[in-house]
Amino acid sequence: MSKPIVATTSLAGCFGCHMSVLDIDDRILELFELVEFNKSPIDDIKKFTKHCDIGLIEGGCCNSENIHVLKEFREHCRILVSVGECAIMGGLPAMRNGIPIRECFEEAYLNGPTVVANEEGILPNDPELPMLLDRVYPCHEIVKIDYFLPGCPPRADLIWEALVALVTGDEMKLPYEVVKFD
Amino acid sequence: MKTGVRKILEKYGKDKTRLMDILIDVQSEFGFIPREITVQIADDLGMSEVDVDQTISFYHFFSQKPTGKYHIFLNNSAVANMMGRKEVADTFTRELGIKFDEVTSDGLVGLFETSCIGMNDQEPAAIINNHIFTRLTPFRAKEIVRDIKEGKSIEDMFVADYGDGENRSDLIKSVVSNNIRKIGPILERNYKSGQAIEKITQMTPEQVIDEVKKSNMRGRGGAGFPTGLKWEFCRNTKGEKKYIFCNADEGEPGTFKDRVILTERPRLLFEGMVIAGYAVGATEGILYIRHEYKYLQAYLESILEKARESNYLGKNIQGKKGFNFDIRIQFGAGAYVCGEESALIESAEGKRGEPRDRPPFPVEKGYLDMPTVVNNVETLCSVVKVVLNGGDWYKSFGTTESTGTKLLSISGDCKFPGVYEVVWGFSINDILDMVGAHAEDVQAVQVGGPSGAIIAANEFNRILGYEDLATGGSLIIIGKNRDILTNIVLNFTEFFIEESCGSCSTCRIIPTLLHNKLVKILNARGVKQDIDDMIEWGRILKASRCGLGQTAANPILSSIKNFRQLYEEKIQKNKVFDSGFDLSAAVKESCKVTGRVPNI
Repeated sequence: MSKPIVATTSLAGCFGCHMSVLDIDDRILELFELVEFNKSPIDDIKKFTKHCDIGLIEGGCCNSENIHVLKEFREHCRILVSVGECAIMGGLPAMRNGIPIRECFEEAYLNGPTVVANEEGILPNDPELPMLLDRVYPCHEIVKIDYFLPGCPPRADLIWEALVALVTGDEMKLPYEVVKFD
Repeated sequence: MKTGVRKILEKYGKDKTRLMDILIDVQSEFGFIPREITVQIADDLGMSEVDVDQTISFYHFFSQKPTGKYHIFLNNSAVANMMGRKEVADTFTRELGIKFDEVTSDGLVGLFETSCIGMNDQEPAAIINNHIFTRLTPFRAKEIVRDIKEGKSIEDMFVADYGDGENRSDLIKSVVSNNIRKIGPILERNYKSGQAIEKITQMTPEQVIDEVKKSNMRGRGGAGFPTGLKWEFCRNTKGEKKYIFCNADEGEPGTFKDRVILTERPRLLFEGMVIAGYAVGATEGILYIRHEYKYLQAYLESILEKARESNYLGKNIQGKKGFNFDIRIQFGAGAYVCGEESALIESAEGKRGEPRDRPPFPVEKGYLDMPTVVNNVETLCSVVKVVLNGGDWYKSFGTTESTGTKLLSISGDCKFPGVYEVVWGFSINDILDMVGAHAEDVQAVQVGGPSGAIIAANEFNRILGYEDLATGGSLIIIGKNRDILTNIVLNFTEFFIEESCGSCSTCRIIPTLLHNKLVKILNARGVKQDIDDMIEWGRILKASRCGLGQTAANPILSSIKNFRQLYEEKIQKNKVFDSGFDLSAAVKESCKVTGRVPNI
């Protein structure tokens, strides 16, 4: 039987959840025995080339590009997992949700302390750029999500246990220490 | 400004537990509570500024911005909407040229929404500068705006005659109507105040409690706790001082019976408080009234004053040595949750009206941490009759589980909305008949307000009483042509979101999620899973601390249970999942701000 295929992506996240995947240490060798990776930053495959079994989503959706990628993942993956606080709840990026969009743009491109060179006062509007959404959405408000792994980031052990359980079909071990919400 | 505030602070002895009264006076004198006054209050009361702020920001009728010389609070209850509120609201916004929550640029008029103001039998209604305006029409709204622009006083704006009964009296002068449709042993006209007080001077407090216990009376606020037992608990708790609270917060949309009692039988109520005080050994009574009924203040104060003059209140009442009891009136400032007894106590102590953790119950540790009894207006009135006629007499009305009579507030699609005193044990069908509504024209009846249940025609044979359909007394009749989900369920869910105190995360979050699901279904984007989710999520609310949170899903849960077809008609049959997300709507604002054309 061919190995299950896994795809991963980071939407409006910080790549911390992907780092946590790497935190499984030497089990990564075991992981590559167990599964094959398709579209993912781990192997740098940019486009889906196969239908996948499992999609791991880090980050919520803050722009139209995120929506596009998430929908693509839903189409190509049998099981979709929200990994981490941002995918599940919007996380830190969602702190902008109470602030009007105009203020967000102005802070980022005109008035913020890190703005150094924008003398013409341009708000980026090239048609190639993703469009900002009215707020940051958790993934399950866009597409159907099958499982949720909480944490910021979820512990490596939790990700490992979840992946193994999904691949083998065994029940997942969830000791108290492994499930953390921050 | 400073001297004005100092006077107010001195009036209440710079007592920080009287913060509500201080803020109510400041609000009424200045039209809002300016920052510098907040600072001054905090300094003088020895509180931090944020402590004062959190009380101010909690209540609907306190404002930190000017609210206009005339402030119009238009009720947005479900029944107001059924009776044509939208046209009235549109007229106000059009004629004033402002939206809700705005003040005209000249500072003349502020327009605001408010939850049910206890006038369901005469909607649409509004409160303008603490005066009630009922039965509004677009024409009346136009007239009111014209009068305001001409600078008329509120009294001069009443064109119609005053309401019935005491509403016409000099101290009230209001257009509110009582609409008492049926009188029973509690509301009866021959009542002479003071007789029960004279009678208990010959009884021991224990005998009074025994008589009330014998009557099997249960609290009339809705929860139905046995009154005699509550008194006994409080009597048996040790405390330097004990308090009797009368809960006249009456915020449950559709309930207005307490307003009618306060207008027509206030002596009965005060007598009940004195009896309760004697029974539990309390010396102070506090009548907590919702701010919406502030127009009754002068009238009620005058009755208290007369009671003091004739020694039905005060020291050594009716010559009985050591029988001391007095009553003060505490107004709320617009918060439904303050109808919950521990939130009501918090509010009376000058704080945010957040329910307390229980135990300890108020009878052990209530107002100012002293043993406190909190009784509903109707309960205290009934007690007087029990004392006069005996517990056995009281038991002769109603059913075994539900003794005595119940005041019902009936509104909605019927010929005779108003207050009815009935004995327990009638069916919904009987009630419909009584109020002039034909069962065949009625689609549903909302029993017990938003926190109760919406029932369909196949259950109209159910009986009102603790055995079957318990109710605090609100019945809203919903005619055949109403859209239950939009007119009723959505309105009630918005009400719970608005009125949550925000303390428990369940009640702060889940009603909003349920609301979003309901809107999604109404927008034809729902799927079956959404209905299942609402049922599942609604259950989580039971983990909330108080009744408001625990029942906040009831409009949705009971309508799914009894009117599931209304939901199923609206969901998509060919889809199992739809998040309801609309990309073009979500990018609209950002594209506008950056000046680009959305490319979806």
